[in-house]
Amino acid sequence: MPTSSFNKNEQRYFYSLVAAGLLVVLTGLFAAHLMEEHGHIITGMNNQIVWGIPHVFAIFMIVAASGVLNVASIGSVFGKPIYKARAPLSSLLSIALLAGGLTVLMLDLGRPDRVIVAATNYNPTSVFAWNVLLYSGLFGLVSVYLWTMMEQRMNPWSKPVGLAVFAWRIILTTCTGLIFAFLVARQAYGSALLPPMFIVISFAWGLAVFHVVQSAIYAWNGKTHAPDIVKRMKNLLGIFVMAALYFVAAYHLTNLYFAHQSGFERFILIDGGLYPRLFWWGYGLLGNLLPLVLIFHPGLGKTRNVVAASLLVILGGFALLYVFVIGGQAYPLSIFPGYAASSSFGDGQIAQYSPSLPEILLGFGGLGMAFLITTVSVRALNFMPHDKPYIAD
Amino acid sequence: MSDINVQRRQFLKTSAGLAAVAIAPGMLLFEVAHGKPEAVSNKVRWGMLINTANCVDGCNDCVTACNKENGLAGGLNSGGLSPTDSQWIRKIELKDMRGGRTLSLPMMCQHCEHPPCVDVCPTGASFKRADGIVLVDKHRCIGCRYCMMACPYKARSFVHEPLHDQNPDVPRGKGTVESCTMCVHRIDRGQQPACAEACPNKAILFGNLNDPDSEIAIKIRTVASTQVRADLGLNTGIRYQGL
Repeated sequence: MPTSSFNKNEQRYFYSLVAAGLLVVLTGLFAAHLMEEHGHIITGMNNQIVWGIPHVFAIFMIVAASGVLNVASIGSVFGKPIYKARAPLSSLLSIALLAGGLTVLMLDLGRPDRVIVAATNYNPTSVFAWNVLLYSGLFGLVSVYLWTMMEQRMNPWSKPVGLAVFAWRIILTTCTGLIFAFLVARQAYGSALLPPMFIVISFAWGLAVFHVVQSAIYAWNGKTHAPDIVKRMKNLLGIFVMAALYFVAAYHLTNLYFAHQSGFERFILIDGGLYPRLFWWGYGLLGNLLPLVLIFHPGLGKTRNVVAASLLVILGGFALLYVFVIGGQAYPLSIFPGYAASSSFGDGQIAQYSPSLPEILLGFGGLGMAFLITTVSVRALNFMPHDKPYIAD
Repeated sequence: MSDINVQRRQFLKTSAGLAAVAIAPGMLLFEVAHGKPEAVSNKVRWGMLINTANCVDGCNDCVTACNKENGLAGGLNSGGLSPTDSQWIRKIELKDMRGGRTLSLPMMCQHCEHPPCVDVCPTGASFKRADGIVLVDKHRCIGCRYCMMACPYKARSFVHEPLHDQNPDVPRGKGTVESCTMCVHRIDRGQQPACAEACPNKAILFGNLNDPDSEIAIKIRTVASTQVRADLGLNTGIRYQGL
């Protein structure tokens, strides 16, 4: 039991954290207000780079929101007790990340005031419209799932609901990948590999976020992880990181094989300036190589190494998304194959983009919102994993 | 008793009279606003045939006419076009990478039969009129820009700034996406699109692709024309000759 003086201090720390989170959220909201007032002219986005840094943040959070549920799925669907004990925390993180990601996505709209239009007018052929249903459905379903886990009388329902959540989030991440897979005319996208790639990437990013939050909660409460549990969960992270890398490699290798895609691959991997640097150093080295060393090197793999590895995986995720979303748009559309084109609208030229402060603040505002929801909920409700002394499987 | 009845009758008469006076101007204006009594139908498919041989390198008359007709600044206010300025039509200079042949042509919304922008729009703001014109409902567009990502021709622009001095015939909106309307307001009045009218060399032939006797249909039957990115199978309403 903590002493009374610790208790007092702890409360102060908690409120400082909440205040800091609130400040970040409010700054993000203010940035969104500026963007609505002045228009997107105050962002770095333009008619060539139509999706910018807010989308990098939003997609990261939405993909991670689905992936973090993997912990719950392994517990509920596949019946592993150490993951089952973590299912409530995993569900909470999913809701928090989804809320953060969707807020950024919504506030970046040209007309965020018309969000009700998006909720009442469905175009059945639009994957965006499907996602409106899928995202709000996940909110509802995960909330019900939490209820079945936290309310004892509902416990018998947690397995079927957990199964529904599992199916739902696989479909959801498929559709997140389809947003890009359906863009037939863009060299960077329009690949059937994208939905499975997004699913596997979500496993890695979600588990990385989970590791960071779980370790923070343990440290906050003065508890240490059982080495067995750390070992299992870090190995799983390592496998997910490698599987994600496999898909990213397959995506680029197939592109390299198609002659008409070689210009784009050359741009992204070699001579595109910032983009290849972010890809190799940010995603390759920081997002894959270093985390894998931290996880699998015989002398490493302790809790703090795993947290460092997780933070690096998250960082690498942002780097990958920046290259994918923004680099993918920066490379010119091939409207007239076989011709060199030039115009006043950027035809045939690499598009320029430098993110402005308001859009960066909006992105961080979303992260702040996820942080705030997690911090307050973990404090108010019992999300601490309770491991049984004996692990059966 | 009868007093009350008289009053009521009087009241009803006055109300009916006032209502008629209030509604009549609106009804008249409604008639004026709807120039054509019949709705558009798919018997018509509006299209254009652009003869690149007649399109002169360096001539920008179609772009200027479009900007004027639709109230686009065209970079005039800011001393040059910026990547955030709307461009509904643009001139593209092309150089064949094999033979070195150069050509110049106008590029705008291709008014596809199967428009990707309409497929991806979450709210149905992007739509295709029965006569083949692809438009954006400015009241329904939420500004997500997915259509801009999906358009193979980069034909769409996002309104990045507050707008001033709009043309009443061509409503636009900050935070929404827009593109060439084929001057739908002019077509509905029986006129040609501004770009077609402005071209000094008659490089842009506008007409009804579905009418076998129209000049454009005859021309498309007799000369070789292509659709840009025909491989995508979108069946564009804009065709190019000499590409």
